[in-house]
Amino acid sequence: MENDKLVIAGHEFSSRFILGSGKYSLSLIEAAVKYAGAEIITCAVRRANTKEHENILDFIPKGVTLLPNTSGARNADEAVRIARLARELGCGDFVKVEIMRDTKYLLPDNAETIRATEILAKEGFIVMPYMYPDLNTARDLVNAGAATVMPLASPIGSNKGLATRDFIQILIDEIDLPIIVDAGIGRPSQACEAMEMGAAAVMSNTALATAGDLPTMAEAFRKAVEAGRQAYLSGLGRVLVRGASPSDTLTGFLRD
Amino acid sequence: MVKINGTMQDAAGKTIAQLVEEGGYQPTRVAVELNEEIVPKAGYSDTVVKDGDSVEIVGFVGGG
Repeated sequence: MENDKLVIAGHEFSSRFILGSGKYSLSLIEAAVKYAGAEIITCAVRRANTKEHENILDFIPKGVTLLPNTSGARNADEAVRIARLARELGCGDFVKVEIMRDTKYLLPDNAETIRATEILAKEGFIVMPYMYPDLNTARDLVNAGAATVMPLASPIGSNKGLATRDFIQILIDEIDLPIIVDAGIGRPSQACEAMEMGAAAVMSNTALATAGDLPTMAEAFRKAVEAGRQAYLSGLGRVLVRGASPSDTLTGFLRD
Repeated sequence: MVKINGTMQDAAGKTIAQLVEEGGYQPTRVAVELNEEIVPKAGYSDTVVKDGDSVEIVGFVGGG
C-alpha cells in the first residue's frame, strides 16, 4: 500500500480522496483536508470580491494541489477561458473541466467537454474532465489528451451514490487512464464501493458539507477510500451464482 | 465608461495596476482579463483601459 500512488500526468499522490470545496466555509476546509487526508482540493474561478478578505488560498495547507474547475461554463469556449484565468492565478496546470447547460440536473455536456479537453490539453493543461459515464465519450477524451476521466455517480449534490455503477465499471475496465468517480457520492460506503470496483480515486463535497460533523465525516471517507482500495488491490472474494459454500470443513456436528 | 466586473465605471485612461489597487484587490490573488484576453501581471502597469473596454478581475473561491 505504501507504494500505491495515484498518478495523474506524472504527478504522484498518496491520497485517493479528492475534496470538493464548494459548500462549506473556508475555515472548515483546512480541517476537512486534514481529516480526509486529501492532497487535491477543487476551487472555482469567480469575479474577485474586495469586501471579503478571506481567500481560499489562505486555507489550503502546503503540499495540497489546487484543482481549479471550470464550473459556470456552459460551453467549451467558456471553459477554456476560465481555465486560462485559473492558470494565470498561478496554481499550476491542473484543471477540472466541468461544462453544464442543463441547470435542473446539472448534467455535464459530454460533447463540449471533449472539445474543451482537446484545446486545453494542447495548451499544456493537465485536464481532468467531468463527464457522464459513456464509453465512447471516454475514448474521445483519451484521444483529446485527458489526464483522467471523471464520471459522475449520480447528479451533483444529490448524495444518491452509484446510480451509474455499471457504466463506471465499463470505463474502469476499458479506459487506460485513472477513473475518478466524481459527484453524487453521498456516504463512505459508496466511496468504498467505487474504490473496490477499481476507481483510481473518489471526489466528494456535499457528502461532507451536509454531514452532521464535517471533520468526523472527512475521516470516515478517508478510511472508506483506503479500505476500498485495499480490497481492490487484494482482489475481491468470488460470488456464488447459486447455493452456498461452507467456510469450514465441519458441516455437521459430531455426526459420521 | 469602462465595464469592470459587470459595473460601469468612469475609469478610462487608468492602467490595470491602478484599477486593481484602487478597487482594493490583492494583486497576487487576482487574474485580469481585458476584453476577454488575459493581461499578464507584468503588463498591469502599462496597459491602459479606454472607453468601451470590459475588464474582469477574478480570483479563486470554494467550488466544485
